[in-house]
Amino acid sequence: MLAFILRRALQSIGVMIAVGIIAFTMFRFAGDPVNQMVAIDTTPAQRAEVRASLGLDDPVPVQFARYFINAVQFKFGVSYQFRQPVSALLKERMPATLELATCATVIAMVFGILMGIYSALRKDSFFAKVLQAVSLIGISLPTFLIGILLIYLFAVTLGWLPSFGRGDVVKFGWWTTGLLTISGLKALIMPSVTLGLFQMTLIMRLVRAEMLEVLRTDYIRFARARGLTTRAIHFGHALKNTLVPVITVAGLQFGSVIAFAIITETVFQWPGMGLLFVQAVQNVDIPIMAAYLLVVSLIFVTINLIVDILYTVVDPRLRATINRPA
Amino acid sequence: MSVPVLSVRNLRVEFASRRGALRAIDGVSFDIAKGEVLGVVGESGAGKSVTGLAAIGLIDPPGRIAGGEILLSGLRIDNLPAEAMRRIRGKRIAMIFQDPLTSLNPLYRIGDQLVETIRTHLNMNETQARKRAVDLLAEVGIPAPDKRVDAYPHEFSGGMRQRVVIALAIAAEPELIIADEPTTALDVSVQAQIIALIKRLGRDHGTAVMLVTHDMGVIAETSDRVAVMYSGRIAEIGPVRDVVQNPLHPYAKGLMGAIPTLTGDASQRLVQIPGSMPRLSAIPQGCAFNPRCSFAFDRCRAERPEPIAVGAQQVACHLYDHAHAESAA
Repeated sequence: MLAFILRRALQSIGVMIAVGIIAFTMFRFAGDPVNQMVAIDTTPAQRAEVRASLGLDDPVPVQFARYFINAVQFKFGVSYQFRQPVSALLKERMPATLELATCATVIAMVFGILMGIYSALRKDSFFAKVLQAVSLIGISLPTFLIGILLIYLFAVTLGWLPSFGRGDVVKFGWWTTGLLTISGLKALIMPSVTLGLFQMTLIMRLVRAEMLEVLRTDYIRFARARGLTTRAIHFGHALKNTLVPVITVAGLQFGSVIAFAIITETVFQWPGMGLLFVQAVQNVDIPIMAAYLLVVSLIFVTINLIVDILYTVVDPRLRATINRPA
Repeated sequence: MSVPVLSVRNLRVEFASRRGALRAIDGVSFDIAKGEVLGVVGESGAGKSVTGLAAIGLIDPPGRIAGGEILLSGLRIDNLPAEAMRRIRGKRIAMIFQDPLTSLNPLYRIGDQLVETIRTHLNMNETQARKRAVDLLAEVGIPAPDKRVDAYPHEFSGGMRQRVVIALAIAAEPELIIADEPTTALDVSVQAQIIALIKRLGRDHGTAVMLVTHDMGVIAETSDRVAVMYSGRIAEIGPVRDVVQNPLHPYAKGLMGAIPTLTGDASQRLVQIPGSMPRLSAIPQGCAFNPRCSFAFDRCRAERPEPIAVGAQQVACHLYDHAHAESAA
């Protein structure tokens, strides 16, 4: 088991090194950063000075080694546009994004699983068919459109919820949270619904399909033949088997929720990493783009690792294959 | 004569389809006495499994019991409310399915599955139920049951898993076990062990067994009586020795003739029944077997034969209706 976790952790490090190389090459191929930093009337001598001070004259392998060593210590250089360390900027923005993503994922998981179970167990009921139809809309509508529709309805027309920003936040060390103030919570509702809607419909449809599949299996038929109560069969035997594949998808979805947050954060002007990234793209602020890429990859890889471990906790068959390495 | 454990009277099972109801079981009647093993044979689609599922009340929509009665020790059970039928399932009637590899929930220890079943039907606490689980595993021949009780299904071989399935089935000492092809998915050597186990359990506990299979060897070895099914009806039913050695129904004759023997002349060809069983949507008029029967005459194409007693056997065939033949003459 420990060997398995170590092996997977090593693989994760391999992935991160690959991402690091990609992030680094962005510096080489996305134009000359010096042009972004200096004014038009800067003399060539001053330009060369800036170039030398940023280490851009060194050979590529040296630059990569330096970048890599710094990145491991979460030092991502200085933002071209803000003239501040990128890590400080990310640290400041990260709580907003993580809070939004977590909230969206919780909404997606809770409602997705509940609705999925309902529409599997009552698959012929009117409400289940309505859910199926509505979930198609959730899957096909683009995130920004849902966000704009919500803003129009709840912020512009009804005036119940704020249309942008994070509301008042409370500070805990470097972490800021909007979960403890009324305005913070109100501001969180629309963005997290917008962000979670796609995942929710996806999880609902997945749970429904998986559960219908599981309900057809022999062990469910045998459980019925043993006279177990319907509740024990549905929520003990069927649900646990349904959740095995759902764990993988939900885990990976948390990663893509963070990635999708770029759009939602833009629509709601949510002060998170996504918004920072969009601004960085507009200003060719490569240190931020590269750091964002690394951070998001790190989150993805970490979640993957957790999902793999969770898998073995739920499914004893995987524990057996892991303990008996091929 | 005591009341039979299972009594099926004129059972009809239909499946709703776009082109109207398809009759999968049409007028099947039989009894199984305490401690008796009734073998049910027939081709795929003859209605063997559906009969078993009907008895335990697990016919799923679009199927339904459209007529007839099923009595368990004299009590009618085919019209019971779902919750009452659930209490009977696993407690008084148990069912074993074909594939032991997929019959057990892969995510739960077999001990937990046993304890869950035991506690659903018997008034026991966790400790008592666990002790009973170990005893049951010992009874079905699992070595080191006190250790194996904590194993997961994938840690057992196919034969061992079928033993676990049987332990689950007998957990609440049912009066009737319906075994639907319990050995089909197993190796031949393991088959014999499982058959011996089912037979021994039936004898020790006086459990009635309905053994559904298409393996005549299994039937001959295990059953007291045998029912030959064809196209949703019982063609012939009787003591296993009589039916195997002296089959009456032309279909049963064909079936028995198709079994190779060790002592017979190797150059002799096995009997073959021409054609195949009709689809449910195209059952011929009269006797369902008439298009494949070399003895068929006019009456077979017009009138459906009802069971006639011939010695200890009952056969649904006009050939044996001597009274009718004489009155016509």
